[in-house]
Amino acid sequence: MEKDFIIRTKNVDFYYGAFRALSDITMDFEKNKVTALIGPSGCGKSTLLRLLNRMNDLIDGTRVEGEILFEGRNIYAPDVDPVEIRQRIGMVFQKPNPFPKSIYNNITYAPKLAGIRESGEIEALVEESLKQAVLWDEVKDILTKSAMTLSGGQQQRLCIARALAMKPDVILMDEPTSALDPISTAKIEELIDTLKKHYTIIIVTHNMQQAARISEYTGFFYLGKVIEFNVTEKIFTNPDVKQTEDYITGRFG
Amino acid sequence: MSAMKIRKNILTLHAKEIAIRNLFGFFAFLSVLLLGLILLFLFREGLPLFKKISLADFLFGTAWYPTYEPPEYGIWPLIVGSLAVTFFASLIAVPLGLLSAVYIAEIAPTRIKEILKSIIELLAGLPSVVLGFFGMVIVGPWLQETFDLPTGLNIMNASVMLAIMAIPTISSLSEDALYAVPREFKEASYALGATKYETIIRVIIPAALSGVSTAVILGMARAIGETMVVLMVAGGAAAIPEGIFDAVRPMTASIAAEMGEAPFRSGHYHALFATGIVLFVITLAFNLIADYISNRFRETGSGTL
Ligand SMILES: Nc1ncnc2c1ncn2[C@@H]1O[C@H](COP(=O)(O)OP(=O)(O)OP(=O)(O)O)[C@@H](O)[C@H]1O
Ligand SMILES: [Mg+2]
Repeated sequence: MEKDFIIRTKNVDFYYGAFRALSDITMDFEKNKVTALIGPSGCGKSTLLRLLNRMNDLIDGTRVEGEILFEGRNIYAPDVDPVEIRQRIGMVFQKPNPFPKSIYNNITYAPKLAGIRESGEIEALVEESLKQAVLWDEVKDILTKSAMTLSGGQQQRLCIARALAMKPDVILMDEPTSALDPISTAKIEELIDTLKKHYTIIIVTHNMQQAARISEYTGFFYLGKVIEFNVTEKIFTNPDVKQTEDYITGRFG
Repeated sequence: MSAMKIRKNILTLHAKEIAIRNLFGFFAFLSVLLLGLILLFLFREGLPLFKKISLADFLFGTAWYPTYEPPEYGIWPLIVGSLAVTFFASLIAVPLGLLSAVYIAEIAPTRIKEILKSIIELLAGLPSVVLGFFGMVIVGPWLQETFDLPTGLNIMNASVMLAIMAIPTISSLSEDALYAVPREFKEASYALGATKYETIIRVIIPAALSGVSTAVILGMARAIGETMVVLMVAGGAAAIPEGIFDAVRPMTASIAAEMGEAPFRSGHYHALFATGIVLFVITLAFNLIADYISNRFRETGSGTL
């Protein structure tokens, strides 16, 4: 069967000013699968992730070379609106970052921007997103309370719900569990597992077990390059490159 | 080094620390003491007035004829004068101050930002007497001619000059509040497909609201306490104004203009100090409100992990 790749990067180089943070990245991300990006700190995982929804546009003096195709269209083409790209490719950050607004208003932020006004539709969307993020039961009675009063794990699930309410096609997650306790982490991993039926997920993680548990594909990065990109099982049991093996077995910085 | 010597070093270190702490404590205490003394003085010289007239007659009396026989000490026209110029000054300064803060903090390219910031700093450093002079010699005659008024020294003129004085306060304090909005909030907004303007209006300004309201209130407090400008351009009439082109005599102007000629410890003298107390209470109220707002609406940080 022909695989359906939703995002493809072709020979992508990326510069912060004169510093080249990524070199020659060519990767295909399969639709409705989880792809994990691993590698030592500073190797460019977050940079790549932020390239995929044009978040790096917000940093002055950056430059992209090569092509990043989202459903076949180069998202860095001059006629592409980054706002539209970000609406279709959601993002969850390392540190939970809910707005200092009510739980309800956190979820409705993106839909309202997108022009959904009808209150019945909005309410349904809030409930649906919170249920998808397995947060509904915990917050259904306190929707008007400030999101800041939630625990870190709840905040992170709220951020996931907030991204889901936008109905994106892809969700990028940058170490979404690194600030969380094991129970919250387990919840979010479960969540990722159910989400992949409808969404393509690309996740950065420093936790090898996590990558092995939740992803179908894994890419190993080192110094701004993809060292190895393959099916997760292959990467973790029988990698082709020695460096990959050294890294996942912990014999490497 | 011997153990003795180390001990001695630790001791001198310790003594130094105590000395420094006491020094700072002394200066902190000194400023509190000074403030207390000023207040004490203000009340001692102001309160005797109320042996002569009641508080209500003083505050709400509509006639200010302190040198007549018998004198009348109703400061209502002065209070209205102060509030009127402050209100209209805020009407001008709040939108301009806020818009410039938003522009500087979020929109302007670095170079324009630097230029604007220095201009606003310059504005803040402008001596109020220079501003008053400008109002008197340029704005006053212009107003008089353009609107065919008996005098160009009026609420309008004073409000514009006060607004110029309040803008730097409002702008730079709001700008600080806007800068302090965590980057994570902005990133979250952009990542949800918001544009720059949507992010500014829906995330950045609401998150900075407590600081911004503080800025506005402190700007207004600055306007109400300002003396030289209103003395020069408000017109000086101690009557309740009927329109924005009427002359007024704000409390500060009255105190500054009359203190020199009021005989020591006369009724007039006490009345001017009592006016000072009213002014002090109003400014204190402004500051307390600003304080309350900035505490009440301060958001707990995003990382409550
Ligand atoms: N805003 C920036 N300006 C300049 N250089 C940056 C910027 N952000 C990241 N870099 C550099 O780019 C390189 C890759 O950074 P990136 O954040 O992508 O690493 P990472 O793989 O996500 O690391 P970590 O695992 O620590 O999050 C690093 O050398 C970093 O110093
Ligand atoms: Mg990172």
